[in-house]
Amino acid sequence: MTSPARGLRSVVVAGASLAGLRAVEELRARGVDGSVTVIGDEPHAPYDRPPLSKQFLAGEWPLDRIALAVAADGGLDALDIDWRLGVRASGLDVEGRRVLLGDGDEVAYDGLVIATGASPRELPGTGDLAGVHTLRTLDDCLAVRAGLDAGARRVVVVGAGFIGSEVAATCRTLGCDVTILEALPVPLGRALGDEMGAVMGELHRDNGVDLRLGVGVAAIEGDGRVERVRLADGSVVEADLVVVGIGVTPNTGWLEGSGLALDDGVVCDATTWVAPGVVAAGDVARWPSHRFAELMRVEHWDNAIAMGEHAARRLVAEHTPGAQPEPYDPVPWFWSDQYDRKIQLAGRSSAADEVRVVDGSTDERRFVALYRRGDRLAGVLSMNRPRPLVSFRRLVERGASWDEALAEAAS
Amino acid sequence: MGYRVVVDFDLCESNARCMEAAPEVFEVRDDDFLYVLDETPPDELRPKVDEAVRRCPKAAISVVEE
Ligand SMILES: Cc1cc2nc3c(=O)[nH]c(=O)nc-3n(C[C@H](O)[C@H](O)[C@H](O)COP(=O)(O)OP(=O)(O)OC[C@H]3O[C@@H](n4cnc5c(N)ncnc54)[C@H](O)[C@@H]3O)c2cc1C
Ligand code: SF4
Repeated sequence: MTSPARGLRSVVVAGASLAGLRAVEELRARGVDGSVTVIGDEPHAPYDRPPLSKQFLAGEWPLDRIALAVAADGGLDALDIDWRLGVRASGLDVEGRRVLLGDGDEVAYDGLVIATGASPRELPGTGDLAGVHTLRTLDDCLAVRAGLDAGARRVVVVGAGFIGSEVAATCRTLGCDVTILEALPVPLGRALGDEMGAVMGELHRDNGVDLRLGVGVAAIEGDGRVERVRLADGSVVEADLVVVGIGVTPNTGWLEGSGLALDDGVVCDATTWVAPGVVAAGDVARWPSHRFAELMRVEHWDNAIAMGEHAARRLVAEHTPGAQPEPYDPVPWFWSDQYDRKIQLAGRSSAADEVRVVDGSTDERRFVALYRRGDRLAGVLSMNRPRPLVSFRRLVERGASWDEALAEAAS
Repeated sequence: MGYRVVVDFDLCESNARCMEAAPEVFEVRDDDFLYVLDETPPDELRPKVDEAVRRCPKAAISVVEE
């Protein structure tokens, strides 16, 4: 174990969720034994979000099952965290090293981890109707579940992204009539390319979802409670419940005016460092990836953990004389569960030059597809085929060429 | 005092995050199933096993002290 970084006596973590908690675990594992204050605007102790569109939404898992656990000896209590829950971080004084809180209080720090995540975009002009939801928090999920429990049968999902797709799949499995409305001609076209995006769309149709593509929402209507969605082409879909999943925006509002660089997230350097004493991690953070030659921000569970841990080590390094900070340059990894299909994505799939199915077939909905950028393997997508994804992910990690990847596929 | 690695195979989805963290202990094979190579790994591997626990998206791995 490295010796505790002197000068890192007080750490503040803004955001009481996955990236923030994993950062604290890593700090403690590195011997940082000063005070750790975690500020979270939700009233809840950290919980896991992926089940909110899957098992917890389906009512299969009880609440205690989604609490975020701590693997090391002693569990969460042993981390000795000073919790400030139900309170918003409202401002940051970088020079004076203090975080301002919504209740008027402030907390000083030697080290700050920014981990405030992201919030769903809303459809303009739909805020007031009961039965129209976004899905990000436990409270959001409980509200959707309450609607389902109250007998909602006709569910409309706006947006065929991953979260919308999972909500559609879960509601379908619960026996609801589900319609997905997607403004783009191909679901996930920008993320996965048209060919693979189309496969994701077909998966919904296989399972009896009414998937409508290339059509915008004109209005969500009802008398106090949602009754129908009016589409831009004039057609109408009756609805008891609407879930809007049209993407998220990073929670950087509280950092406006702090002087930190904000550009679709908090901009870090290649080591997750933001400013003296300040690092960032998770959905809120954007950093330059050498590997993929782009400024990246990913909204993935696995990244929140890896980056939270990395950011913690970065803080320790800043306070350890002579320490060389390491770059954060992972191969991102993501999964999604829809119906009986397990989808995984490793590396980069957007802006690919070519996509090639190298194992199984899209018709069977069991396959592996590779994404090429230039002469390199940039990403790999799999559906119900976990093992090859591991091998190809390692090739991406190694910076393997496209030809090498095809040779591996043929072997 | 040692510890035992227990995987709930009803939850496991063979996505091999554990294998990335602790390849000495976890292996997903060509049949797409996860195998635990060593249920009672040596203490030196404990940090890697803890990392595997953290990185399992299904919370399928637990460590039992014994
Ligand atoms: C329904 C759902 C399903 C998902 N499924 C998957 C999946 O299958 N696979 C996958 O890879 N990823 C999935 N994700 C994404 C994954 O959950 C996120 O990437 C992860 O939660 C990011 O963690 P984070 O700690 O960076 O941010 P968050 O989890 O967003 O946490 C940030 C916290 O900070 C709080 N906060 C914000 N602003 C402030 C402030 N000013 N002061 C104090 N607190 C603040 C927020 O309320 C929140 O509690 C899913 C997400 C959702 C919502
Ligand atoms: S990380 Fe978890 S789900 Fe994935 S293979 Fe390992 S035990 Fe199974």
